[in-house]
This record gives sequence, structure tokens and C-alpha cells, in this order.
Amino acid sequence: MDHLLQLKNVSKTFGEVAALHHVNFEVGSNEIVGLLGDNGAGKSTMVKIMTGYHRPDLGGEVYWKGEKVEHLSVSLARDLGIEVVYQERALADQQSLWRNIFMGRELSNRWGLLDIGGMTRETQKLMNTAMGFTSSAVSPESSVGTFSGGERQGVAITRALYFEAELIILDEPTMGLSLSETKKCLEFIDGIKAAGKSCIFIDHNIFHVYPVVDRIVVLDRGTIAGMYMKNELSMDELLERLYRVARTGNLEEYSKAA
Amino acid sequence: MEARQMNSKVEVKPLSPVTKTRSFTRFLRRWSLQIALSLVGILIWAFFLWRSPITFKSYAIYNSLMLTTPFFALVAIPLTLVIIVKEMDLSFTSVMAWGVAAYSITFRVTQNVWLGFLACLLAGLLAGLLNGLIVVRLGVPSLVATIGTQFLWRGVVLVVTNGQGVGMSEVKRTILYPLLVGKIGPIPMPFIWTIVFGLIAWFFLNHHKFGAHVYLTGDNVESARLMGVNTGRTKILTFALVGLMAAFSGFVVSEQLLFFWPTLGDGYLLNTLASVFLGGTSVFGGTGTIYGTVVAAFIIALINPGIVASGWLAYWTQLIYGFIIVASVALQAVLRRRFS
Repeated sequence: MDHLLQLKNVSKTFGEVAALHHVNFEVGSNEIVGLLGDNGAGKSTMVKIMTGYHRPDLGGEVYWKGEKVEHLSVSLARDLGIEVVYQERALADQQSLWRNIFMGRELSNRWGLLDIGGMTRETQKLMNTAMGFTSSAVSPESSVGTFSGGERQGVAITRALYFEAELIILDEPTMGLSLSETKKCLEFIDGIKAAGKSCIFIDHNIFHVYPVVDRIVVLDRGTIAGMYMKNELSMDELLERLYRVARTGNLEEYSKAA
Repeated sequence: MEARQMNSKVEVKPLSPVTKTRSFTRFLRRWSLQIALSLVGILIWAFFLWRSPITFKSYAIYNSLMLTTPFFALVAIPLTLVIIVKEMDLSFTSVMAWGVAAYSITFRVTQNVWLGFLACLLAGLLAGLLNGLIVVRLGVPSLVATIGTQFLWRGVVLVVTNGQGVGMSEVKRTILYPLLVGKIGPIPMPFIWTIVFGLIAWFFLNHHKFGAHVYLTGDNVESARLMGVNTGRTKILTFALVGLMAAFSGFVVSEQLLFFWPTLGDGYLLNTLASVFLGGTSVFGGTGTIYGTVVAAFIIALINPGIVASGWLAYWTQLIYGFIIVASVALQAVLRRRFS
């Protein structure tokens, strides 16, 4: 069976800094992949290649459902069904909630005229259901700059869900969240699995990642340093290996998944 | 899909009386800037009316305001978009002259006013595009880039005209003359064009994807890019619009005078910028309204004759314009710190 998304031989260099070296990576359908790695390991660069924000260096290829994608751009990736919840949330603080939900994918007719009524109504519905806003002080016209960290995260996640993405990438979604908000976020990942979608979950915290994922990929200094099915090893073994990678940067034997 | 399925079960409750009063305060809060600005305008007008009732009770002053304010209001409207995307354009004063120079050359060659008018608009559009390309593609800060192109286009105009003015009486023979600087009843056409372009800009800013992208780009260019907004194209388009409207405005001014001065546009920088900033468009990007800019343009225009009619020296005007720019930008900075 074809993979949902596949990176083949992807490298990315910024000036003289090589952020990724010849990375091969794939996500299956209805698979939750945990992507672990230290700061600067290349996680965010890899995400931005999968979302079309960065172009891979020459020779790198991106496949979607087995077909090679040429000139992947952010809007093309979103059209294919890749949505991202970025570390920095990618919100526009002074703009209204509905403008943030529909950022870059505004509902409009073929002349580009906005369906503001439609977007406001959809946002109101999402507020009551997915985002769980109960306060009547918040409306689709409220600017997101006034929201708390958890609420902002809710907006970013709801936005990713709304567009019926097949692959949702979560880039350090638990960063800066309270304990209960983190729990909600992890439940959300279980929800993605249950809905038959795929997910790449990026986090520093192995205690968050391990329970919700099917497979774990460890990135170190721009290369894949290890890949494990969850049932292959316990959390303790994984932790031990992560420490070893962090200490030595040693490539471990490549345990092929799927 | 999951979210959408959940949605269908939710009923939207009808508005209760409580939420109705809430929505009224919400209305006030949302439009507070526009309401405040309109009140300021009325206050200033009332003050001048009290100081100099003879001037401000006559039609002549309003006729002159409606005729001359558009000269910079027409540029302030698209400039508002440039400021919302968090860029700056200082070159429009020269582009006004460059547009009319292009008209003048084209007319000399073809003896056709309409072709000349088209050349004028095209020249303005290209000058604006050039600004946009230098800023977006080369990454030059717009403040610096457009100071450069300001001198560039002024230089081009001085070279091609040899520093000499050119008569434009030929436009009087075409319908372009009554269309652009004629009158409908007591209303001068430039005023009508300002309202028309103001409405068009307002419509696109608030009801079109382009406008949505203008706000998003100015608010957080990184977020907008991550979510697939073509921020570069959006910025280039706003610069192009300023160029286009600067050339149009330059043509209207020259047509009004039936003469083209190579120095055309000099002296419009301050009041155009003052209109945008007094109108509440934030220098930090992401917020601003066309209504604010147009109302502010008329407030700015009111100040000069008001000061003179009140018996003060016209030297005060410049001081007040400068003060308005500094005060409104400072106020934006203070508000921004408080609410973020």
C-alpha cells in the first residue's frame, strides 16, 4: 500500500547550515507518528518541507499518496489535505476569530468575494463545539490577541480540523499549555486516530508522545537517528536510546517500520 | 469532517434582550475609532465656524475643499492599504508628476488625449509595481526603496520636460475634462471620484479576498505565509495601486490647472501621510479603515483655510500637520502596548 506522505532523499541547506541530510521519511494512512529530536535536530525544517513552505534541495522528492508532487506550495499542500498546527500557532492577533479560522482559505465565490456571513456562522458553530468557548464575551468578531494560550491553541487545532485534513501535523502543540490543556490536546490526537486520519506529532516530551503514537521517529542533527514501532520497545528503552543519541549522535541500526 | 459532523447538531440560540444591548456596546467598541474621528472633525469644523462664520457659512469654502482635498485623498486611499500591509510609500509625490509627464510625451507624439491618459495611468501603475518588486523581491525596506524612487521619478520628469511646464489646454476639448474636473450640480467631480474610489477600496478591503489578505499580511506576515497567503503578491499589488492612483490624481490636478508643472506633487507628502495616520491606520500594520482615511483627509484639508480664516498665520499649518502625524503615531504605540 502507498504511504500517505513520503519524503525521499530530502536535504535542506540554509546558506552554509545543513538542516537536513538525505532524509527518508513516511507517514502511512491512519498512522500517528511521533517525531522526536533535540532543538536544532531539523524537526521544524522537515515540517516546513512537508507543508510546502520550504523547497527541498535538489534531488529531494515529496510524494503524496504515491504520486510525486512537483512544486509543493503552502496552498497546494492545504488543498491536498495537509494541515499544520504550528509551534507559534500562526495566528494574526489583531484580526477577528473568523478571519483567523479561514486564514489563507477564505470562503469566497469565483470572483473572490468573501462569504462573511458563512464564515461567521461556521466560526460560531466551531466555537460552541470544537473550541468549547462558553463565555458570551467571545464572539467570531473577537480578536484572537485577547485569548489565553490554551484558547489560541484551540483555535489553531480547530482550524486544522475544519478543513478535513487527511494529515495533521502538530508542531510542539503542548508547549506553553497548562496541564489540563495538555490533556485535552493529547485526547485530540486520539480523536485523529479514531477518525481515520493521520498525524505527525512533534514534541520534546517523550511522556506526551509515547502514549498516543503508533511509531516513533528520532531525528538528530538533520538525519533520522532511529525509527521504532511502539510495540517494539517500552518507554524506558526508548528513553535510554534517546539519551544515547543525544550523547553520541550515533546512528542506530535502522529498524524498518511497516 | 469530524468537526463538521458535530456542527450539524448545534442549534444557534435566538438573541436574548441581554445580548442585544451587548451587541450595541460591541458596535460602539468596534466603531469607536471612526465615531471619535467623525466627532473630532465636527468639533474642528464647529470651532472654525465660530471663529470665522463669514468664511465657513459660504459655499465657496466647501467648493474649494471638495475640489482640492481629492488631490491627496485619492492617493491616501490606496496608501492606506500599503500602511496596513506594514510598508511605506514616499514616492507617490514624484509618481504624480511622472504620470502626467508620460501623458505629455504620449500626447505630443500621438495628439490623442485618451491615449495620453492611458499612458499616464500605465506609467503610474508601472512605477508602483517597481516599488513593490524592489521591496518584495529584493527585500529592500520600503522606506528606503521609495525615497530612492521618489528622487528617481522626479529626476526622470525633470530630464524629459527639461524642467519646463507644459500647457494642457487640449484636454478641454475632450469629455475627460468635465468627467474629471467638471461639476454635477454644486458638487465638483474630484469629490465624486474620491467617494467612488473610496467605496471601491472599502468594498475590496472588507469583502474581497484581496482585502482579507491585506489585513493578514500586515498583522503577521509570517503567520499569513505559513497559512498559504501570497503575501508578496499582496504587497506588490498595494504598491501598484498607489502608483496608479498617484498618476490619476496628478492628471486631475494638472487638468484642473490646464498646466503641468514638473514639480507637481511636491507638498502633498505631509497631508497624505497625515490623512492615513489620523484616520487610525496603524503604522504597526494589520489595522486601518478607508472611512477613517477619507474623513481624516477632509479634516486635514479643513485646517489650512480654517487657520487662515481665523486670522492666524498659515505657517501654523505645517506645524499642526506634523503634530497630527506624531500624535497619532504615538497614540497607536501607546494603545498597542496597552492592549497586547
